[in-house]
Amino acid sequence: MIRLNVNGHDHDVDAEPDTPLLYVLRDDLALNGAKFGCGLGQCGACTVMVDGRAVFSCLTPIALLPGRNVRTIEGLGMNAVQQAFVEEQAAQCGYCIAGMVMRAQALLEHNPNPSEQEIRDQMAVNLCRCGTHMRILAAVRRAAGRGVKS
Amino acid sequence: MALSKARIIAAAVALLVVGAGALLWHPAIAPVDTHAVFSHEQVARGAELAAIGDCSVCHTATNGQPFAGGRGVPTPFGTVYATNITPDPETGIGRWSEAAFKRAMRDGIDRAGHHLYPVLPYPHFTRATDADIAAMYAFLMTRPAAHATAPLNQLPFPLNQRFVLAGWNLLYLSPGPWHPDPAHDAAWNRGNYLVEAIGHCGACHTPHNALGAESSGQTLAGGQAENWYAPPLQSASPAVRPWTQATLADYLRTGFEAHHGAAAGPMTAVTDELAGVPDSDIQAIATYIASMMPKTAPEPVMARAGGDPHAAAIFAGACAGCHGSDAPMTRAGAPSLALSTVVNAPTPQGAIQMILNGIPWREGKSAPYMPSFGAVLTDAQVADLASYLRATYSEKPAWTDVPAEVAKARGSS
Repeated sequence: MIRLNVNGHDHDVDAEPDTPLLYVLRDDLALNGAKFGCGLGQCGACTVMVDGRAVFSCLTPIALLPGRNVRTIEGLGMNAVQQAFVEEQAAQCGYCIAGMVMRAQALLEHNPNPSEQEIRDQMAVNLCRCGTHMRILAAVRRAAGRGVKS
Repeated sequence: MALSKARIIAAAVALLVVGAGALLWHPAIAPVDTHAVFSHEQVARGAELAAIGDCSVCHTATNGQPFAGGRGVPTPFGTVYATNITPDPETGIGRWSEAAFKRAMRDGIDRAGHHLYPVLPYPHFTRATDADIAAMYAFLMTRPAAHATAPLNQLPFPLNQRFVLAGWNLLYLSPGPWHPDPAHDAAWNRGNYLVEAIGHCGACHTPHNALGAESSGQTLAGGQAENWYAPPLQSASPAVRPWTQATLADYLRTGFEAHHGAAAGPMTAVTDELAGVPDSDIQAIATYIASMMPKTAPEPVMARAGGDPHAAAIFAGACAGCHGSDAPMTRAGAPSLALSTVVNAPTPQGAIQMILNGIPWREGKSAPYMPSFGAVLTDAQVADLASYLRATYSEKPAWTDVPAEVAKARGSS
């Protein structure tokens, strides 16, 4: 058993220590927001936050996580970042969006007023195969003006 | 009349003062309004030399205009900011004559007569030919001008007094042209010239002494760059598969070589620049470096089972998707970690930096990428993982002081 704190709740998970966090979120905790994309840390669809920083949950074995705080898109609620993504209609198929929102959330919690370059540098590792990157960037800019601590 | 002892001493002091003054004082070179026209060939040659010399790597701030300066270069003594070398008349080198540029490259003295810090590798550039310095001048003077002043250097007293560099130069600057070695062929000599006089590989790959100069007698014996490990480029190379001229040329050209790995850290900027230079120059550099490398080395170990089970779980969950045996990336040509230079290096510095920072995306480039794990791994987990890699993939003895190296790398990244 490994104890994980996800969105403020403790869960005792019966899984091997090398199991990726993504699998536990989806298969054991029914938190299906984070998506499996590549499984290699190359696409960002699985992005969640650990202790306030964006990480690839597909490359995060749960052995790393006792005593740490995991946050997924289910734990955000309709906050400033999600609202901005809705208003900018940033999703097309939506597969990448949970990861995009979590990476943007992590950025804006540390840097509430990022420059255009800082937004692009932070978001660069998350891919959208539909090609809505321009709307996603617009959503991050929109959210940046609102304060995102929630 | 016999000179009194006091008079002799006074004369000696006076001579020393005059001599020191002569060493310390360098005249300004008159500013010029340059409207010089350069030939296309000279500018193109200057571009190639500037790429081999990596001028833009230090002289460009993050996301800044190329050559406009402002990048802080960390040194053991403090941060030195690269200056604007675009032809802007006020803040760049727009009013520098070619003679002034040559003096900066050869002697480390700027147009106004001030000493430059040897972060600018003038102890190397001093060997460059007149024609090559003129070509680099032509190239830089034809770049778009940028109005930009570098931040002030952050150096403690007395190092912030530039005249102290007169003493440094007396000790460590040996002016004079480069000479070919008749015992070697033209390609070797070309490579030797490019490495020593232009590419200044030793600025990172040679150990430095307490005063920041490259240690004599240890040319390319391995050094440091921005807290990254810069491996030896000679007989002490830790490469498990010996480098050859062909594999070095591949690596320098593409930033990746299938039996050694990918360029990472400060080296990525170097191989990015080398991607565009003439192939003959890449081949020559590879010829020269390969001539110093060991010719044989032990076969790599197969990954050993066992080791710290906690670290083994971290490896399985975080690393094995790409680095495990038969992972998709290995089938795409990436080498086993058993061949990795950083895993087989004498210090854990490179492995730690790779784990913390990976190899970032470089927009628009087909280049190796590795995600960073600095956000998800604690310092203790980084240390455990690095030690596990060493124990699993290398025959070399365990590293010592791994946690201290992790703390140092965290502080710098």
